[in-house]
Amino acid sequence: MERTLCDPTHEAFWKAASSGVLVVQRCGSCGHHQFYGRPFCLRCDSDSVAWTPVGGGGTVYSVTRVRRSWIPDVEVPYTVAIVELDEGPRLITNIVNGEANIGDRVRVTWRQRQGLPPVPVFEPCAGR
Amino acid sequence: MPIPIYIAGAAETPLGKVTDQTELSMAAWAARAALAEAGMTLRDVDSLFTNYMPYVGADNGASRVGEYLGVHPRYADCSDLGGAAFECFIHHAMLALTAGRCECALIVYASRQRSRRSRPRHPEADEYSLTGQFDRPYGLLTPISQYALMAARHMYQYGTTSEQLARVAVSARKWAALNPKAWSRQPLTVDDVLTSPLISDPLHQLDCCLVTDGGGAIVVTTASRARDASKKPVRILGLGEAHAEYHVAQIADLTVTPGVDSARQAFAMAGVTASDVDLFEPYDNFTSAVISQLEDCGFCSKGEGGSFIQDGHTEPGGSLPTSTMGGGLSYCHPGALGLLLLIEAVCQLRGEAGARQVPGANLAVAHGVGGPAFSTCATVVLGRE
Repeated sequence: MERTLCDPTHEAFWKAASSGVLVVQRCGSCGHHQFYGRPFCLRCDSDSVAWTPVGGGGTVYSVTRVRRSWIPDVEVPYTVAIVELDEGPRLITNIVNGEANIGDRVRVTWRQRQGLPPVPVFEPCAGR
Repeated sequence: MPIPIYIAGAAETPLGKVTDQTELSMAAWAARAALAEAGMTLRDVDSLFTNYMPYVGADNGASRVGEYLGVHPRYADCSDLGGAAFECFIHHAMLALTAGRCECALIVYASRQRSRRSRPRHPEADEYSLTGQFDRPYGLLTPISQYALMAARHMYQYGTTSEQLARVAVSARKWAALNPKAWSRQPLTVDDVLTSPLISDPLHQLDCCLVTDGGGAIVVTTASRARDASKKPVRILGLGEAHAEYHVAQIADLTVTPGVDSARQAFAMAGVTASDVDLFEPYDNFTSAVISQLEDCGFCSKGEGGSFIQDGHTEPGGSLPTSTMGGGLSYCHPGALGLLLLIEAVCQLRGEAGARQVPGANLAVAHGVGGPAFSTCATVVLGRE
């Protein structure tokens, strides 16, 4: 049973995540994409921002392999990356199902969590 | 033209491992010592600047510290600007002093993060915060992973190498060897750094700063009040601060820090350029961070920080003595380093630095950095009159 996250401004994001769809905000006026969500477009100030599915493809902007961790219940090593979505916004994520270097193409997949909606993680695109 | 403002007193707390005092008593002793240099006592203090002392209490830091010192300031600032707070506090104190709101500003900080065996962290963001939702599920080792992501991007874009990062630690250690108060003084090689355990690629254990106890106090005042100082006051010539994103994924260019803006403001106010500077006290929480700060403060071009280090400019005898007390990497890093950078700059400008004294030191720059990912930068230009 998933709990609902108590951030009303990101309800749509987590609802989409629960069905395996990655969404970011798209501005209806200027077409700018932004993530995380804001009440209006940071580029043109328009209020007409809407959560919109993205293609799921992106490029690794930076990456670090964490070798030692003080975070409970987390096994090392694991890979933390900043992925730039094809639509523009960047997010912190993990690289799973292989390794990826800066500049490599990756695509979204999902990591299930106990009692919480799944989080988007990324895997290397085949044939890189 | 603003009225001249001076640092009239500066003192370290005991450093390293402090088991016979509390944070408050350390701060009190340092405050009294710094005030004595300024020809003042605690009864002269009318403005107080402190923060980031979580064991004293998270809220109302100026009241908690002021109460302990018996001080009733009419101007106070306990903004949480991370390790850069103390460079920002010099700026804020100058503004309050020049506006005539106060005459004697005391800036204090102390930490026993080593003795307490628990590095204070930012209050854990709850799972509904932006950090909780979008950063924490991925296991960022704050702030090491953020700095690692910045270093990795700098290496990718500019060809900066792990050897060049290691040279930053080696340079700091050479200075520390000249400072009897430094925590780590034994010789260090590039190989030592590269063979120390990787924590978060590309950062090794020895690319990361120390975790020690320490702190200090600084007195900022006007020319007329600085007249009674027992030591020659140091003039505050230029100041600048700049604030950018908190979450690392939100930073447009991971290789550029807000230090570009803070340094430009500070140098413009002082009417000097980077080439005039005799010594540089950067915020060396990580080796890679020094490379970014050298570039963004204009001591070398963007992307050339690695080779600047490799050419030995920052070492004893180099063209830009840097981290001259050994820095956060080898001398002391008490959780927030910013105040110690200022204290070392004052020490050098007064000619009191002993074996590590930079000959003819007239102009010094202390550059503070705060937050998990270069969120805040503040630059202070100090000069000997």
